[in-house]
Amino acid sequence: MADRFASIRFLMPRWSGKLVVGLVMVGLITAFGLIAPLFAPDPRDSGNKGLRPPSAEHWLGTTKLGYDVFAQLATGTQGSLYVGLVGGLTAMLLAIVFGILAGYFGGWLDEVLMLATNIMLVIPGLPLVMVIAAYVQNTEGLGDFARSSTLVALILGITGWAGSAVVLRAQARSLRTREYVAAARVAGEGGLRIIFVEILPNLVPLIAAQLIFGVMAAVLGEAGLSYLGLGPTNSITLGTMLNDAQTGQAVGSRAWWWFVPPGAMIALLGTGLSLINFAIDEIVNPKLRLAPQAARRQRRAAKEGGLAGGGAYA
Amino acid sequence: MSAGSLEVRNLSKDFRLRSGLKVSVLHAVSDVSFTVQPGRTVALVGESGSGKSTIARIIARLETATSGDVLLDGTPSPDRGAALGAYRRQVQMVFQDPFASLNPFHTIAHHIERPLRLHHPGLGAAEARVRTIDLLERVALTPGETYLNRRPHELSGGQRQRVAIARALAPGARFIVADEPVSMLDVSIRVEVLTLLADLQRTENLGVLYITHDLATARHFSDEILVMLRGKIVERGPADEVILNPQHEYTRALREAAADPDRLGQLRDEVRRESEGAR
Repeated sequence: MADRFASIRFLMPRWSGKLVVGLVMVGLITAFGLIAPLFAPDPRDSGNKGLRPPSAEHWLGTTKLGYDVFAQLATGTQGSLYVGLVGGLTAMLLAIVFGILAGYFGGWLDEVLMLATNIMLVIPGLPLVMVIAAYVQNTEGLGDFARSSTLVALILGITGWAGSAVVLRAQARSLRTREYVAAARVAGEGGLRIIFVEILPNLVPLIAAQLIFGVMAAVLGEAGLSYLGLGPTNSITLGTMLNDAQTGQAVGSRAWWWFVPPGAMIALLGTGLSLINFAIDEIVNPKLRLAPQAARRQRRAAKEGGLAGGGAYA
Repeated sequence: MSAGSLEVRNLSKDFRLRSGLKVSVLHAVSDVSFTVQPGRTVALVGESGSGKSTIARIIARLETATSGDVLLDGTPSPDRGAALGAYRRQVQMVFQDPFASLNPFHTIAHHIERPLRLHHPGLGAAEARVRTIDLLERVALTPGETYLNRRPHELSGGQRQRVAIARALAPGARFIVADEPVSMLDVSIRVEVLTLLADLQRTENLGVLYITHDLATARHFSDEILVMLRGKIVERGPADEVILNPQHEYTRALREAAADPDRLGQLRDEVRRESEGAR
């Protein structure tokens, strides 16, 4: 239906340098995480010679225990992306529930939900995650799940939704007072339908931005947890690679091929996701799109007209 | 005088204003009564903040009154459930700002089909589409099919307000509350939209509550004029009577404020005389 496509195109960010670079970076990393593990050697095969620099046989060298770094990087990227996606989606769902319900309904529900959100917001994130992770991993009866990356992702999601919820609540409160919401009520629409059909679609760019932010936070959070030794122990992620590198004294033995690839991968993924987020921000706030042009125009006008330059940039 | 009419009886609305610990009460509307008959127009005139829009929102059930009733055919407007649905089917509202009252995400078809299907649950998809097109053509958006898949931002202000009127008609309303329906439109389009509203009123025998701050359009468009000042009705009567023979000084002030062809250029001459005198 032409109708459907129009509504999707309407929400798409403009093609800009930022968006293209960001999408290409994230796309390549995702493709690497999906495809490379298929042809890379077994990342858990310790039969190679230890601590060898990159060579034709081992593209990124080997670790102290003889693991192939390229194979570990491929599997680790996949693991980190999985944690990021699950953690980001969990955080987004919680933020939608808390933020939009609080913003739309207001009153005591708003007070209660925002109290919970504010508590989550002021508790320092990493220590809380560490406590929960350490606690859950020692809980009996969870079996393999206790040491899985899914659990770590869920923990990161459950602790990382508060900031997004505050942003969504503010926007939902603003949308709630729009006349088209009042018009929908006069037309006889019910509360849930107003939230999901009239308000939520207008929040999509904001939710997408929060999701990307959540994915980023989960990838970084997982890396932090793993580095501290609280990450998933039965799967390989970029964080567990860094942890191995640290415990194996990679820096001391100058094995740069061991810790640089996972570190660079995290940094590149973060950069790519941020660039996409900047592009989405420009839909949420169109003024951002015009600001650089306006500044340039003012500079040019100041130069040509000999006006007292500077001044506020729009 | 209750059957077949929309009556507002002794309506009052107070807002509590909290600033810090202090609570003050704002009487937005106090003890307002009037009746809208089918086929007739009542104009509610007053400055911003006089309580006009609050009355509109109470009638549309977007606010609840502090005291007093809105009676449809003699029965008080219900608060919830199927009865509220039945009330909404008959009493609809056109909002002031056509740029804000249509959801930018949805198509024109959505805006009209939803109220149609909400209030006529038995309607099939094809039938709803046919009636949507019919409604669009009734508000002079022809041919209706070409507007179905457009989005609000593709239409002009006047076209949007026509869509808003079609949406209000979709449930089969007998009474329309029009809250400053033309104040956000270009002057050249205002008459068109008002004429459309008057035509629809004639063909559908609609009762219209026309809220405005513009005495001129109120006089041309309505049968009865109520003048509001700070939540109270200070003057009421047949339209021509109120305009030609105002009793309350506020009505006179409003009339003076309206542009009058006889005084064209008067202000300009005054300014010129004074600046010459100063020289």
